[in-house]
Amino acid sequence: MDFRDYYQIMGVERDATQDQIKRAYRKLARKYHPDVSKDPDAEARFKEVGEAYEVLKDPEKRAAYDQLGANWKAGQDFHPPPDWDAGFEFRGGGFTDSDSGAYSDFFESLFGGGFSRAQTRGRRGFHARGEDHHAKVLIDLEDAYQGATRSIMLRVPEMDSQGHVITRERTLNVKIPKGVKQGQRIRLAGQGAPGIGEGQTGDLYLEIEFNPHNLYRVEGRDVYLDLPVAPWEAALGATVKAPTPEGAVDLKIPPGTTAGRNLRLKGRGIPGKPPGDLYVVIQLALPPADSEEARQLYRDMAQKLAFNPRRQLGV
Amino acid sequence: MNDNIVSGDVLDETITLTIRDLSRACASSAEWIIELVEEGVLEPAGNSHGQWCFSALSLHRARRARRLQQDLRLNLAGVALALDLLDEIDRLQERLGRIGER
Repeated sequence: MDFRDYYQIMGVERDATQDQIKRAYRKLARKYHPDVSKDPDAEARFKEVGEAYEVLKDPEKRAAYDQLGANWKAGQDFHPPPDWDAGFEFRGGGFTDSDSGAYSDFFESLFGGGFSRAQTRGRRGFHARGEDHHAKVLIDLEDAYQGATRSIMLRVPEMDSQGHVITRERTLNVKIPKGVKQGQRIRLAGQGAPGIGEGQTGDLYLEIEFNPHNLYRVEGRDVYLDLPVAPWEAALGATVKAPTPEGAVDLKIPPGTTAGRNLRLKGRGIPGKPPGDLYVVIQLALPPADSEEARQLYRDMAQKLAFNPRRQLGV
Repeated sequence: MNDNIVSGDVLDETITLTIRDLSRACASSAEWIIELVEEGVLEPAGNSHGQWCFSALSLHRARRARRLQQDLRLNLAGVALALDLLDEIDRLQERLGRIGER
């Protein structure tokens, strides 16, 4: 287990005042909030900062943490000394987060035992509907065209015979219907948290997210493809092969096509009612002048075509 | 492995959510959803609370609002402003992706 330097995470000195710590936390929380930040590590950073603040904002926990000494460096292999917390009394206050996966092993080893997070539920005569759960599921664009089945690991809180809440993992095989879009949700009735007493089970909401694709960009149900063509194909018109998520097609390039032009393949986007379209964005690829023959062809063009690409610029 | 494949409802344009669905999915009260509507964060169809119909997009917005409010201690006006600005950033980044990059 690695030692975590909470002061370093918060960017404050070890003798920072509680106010300085609070200000540092608020600033970092805004910066790394997963709903605000586009940083791919934002969620991990946000949790790390939250954990650091959980300890440093509470004078009791901070004092206990400080007692470990300043000699520890972040990332060092760490085992808490025996009875390290003797003489400190942790009250449960302020620890409201019930998400047991939210804190690091380091945090759990120091503060985990002192707090009883498992609430005894199931008082007689008390019924409540189970909570709704939310999860993300990553699929490929091709899955949206054809439909797919995905296995999802879920952590389910359950009650043991003594009335403690324990977490069990369970796998759910979910059918992803064809035609789903980025950000769309699927509701699985009765797959959320179990109800209390005779309460109903909650629902599970799955949010669809596409893996980035190396060929296609997706906007709603429309799909975009950059297609390179040779200058003569663009100038004279041609029929060329173009990939689509459903397989290659023959695409007609009209004569006089310019770079950046969009050719629309109606109904070849993500299926649906109505289906999306596939847009082919034309890119001009220049043949390299890497042989005498190629160079001669370019020289011939330069001589025979009175072409000034900068005419629009007035020069 | 494939003995219990479950399938659900895709929340597309044809599906609407009630105020109960929405408050459960956000682990919030119905009153909080009403406050979001009053702040203009959510725009349901229908006249009275009981008849309100929310789009699937409302779920995304309401959950985002919940997290922002809890984690950053924003009031509802601040949440509404943050959501509008985040939407604007999404729109601009989409446009940027369309014209540039490659």
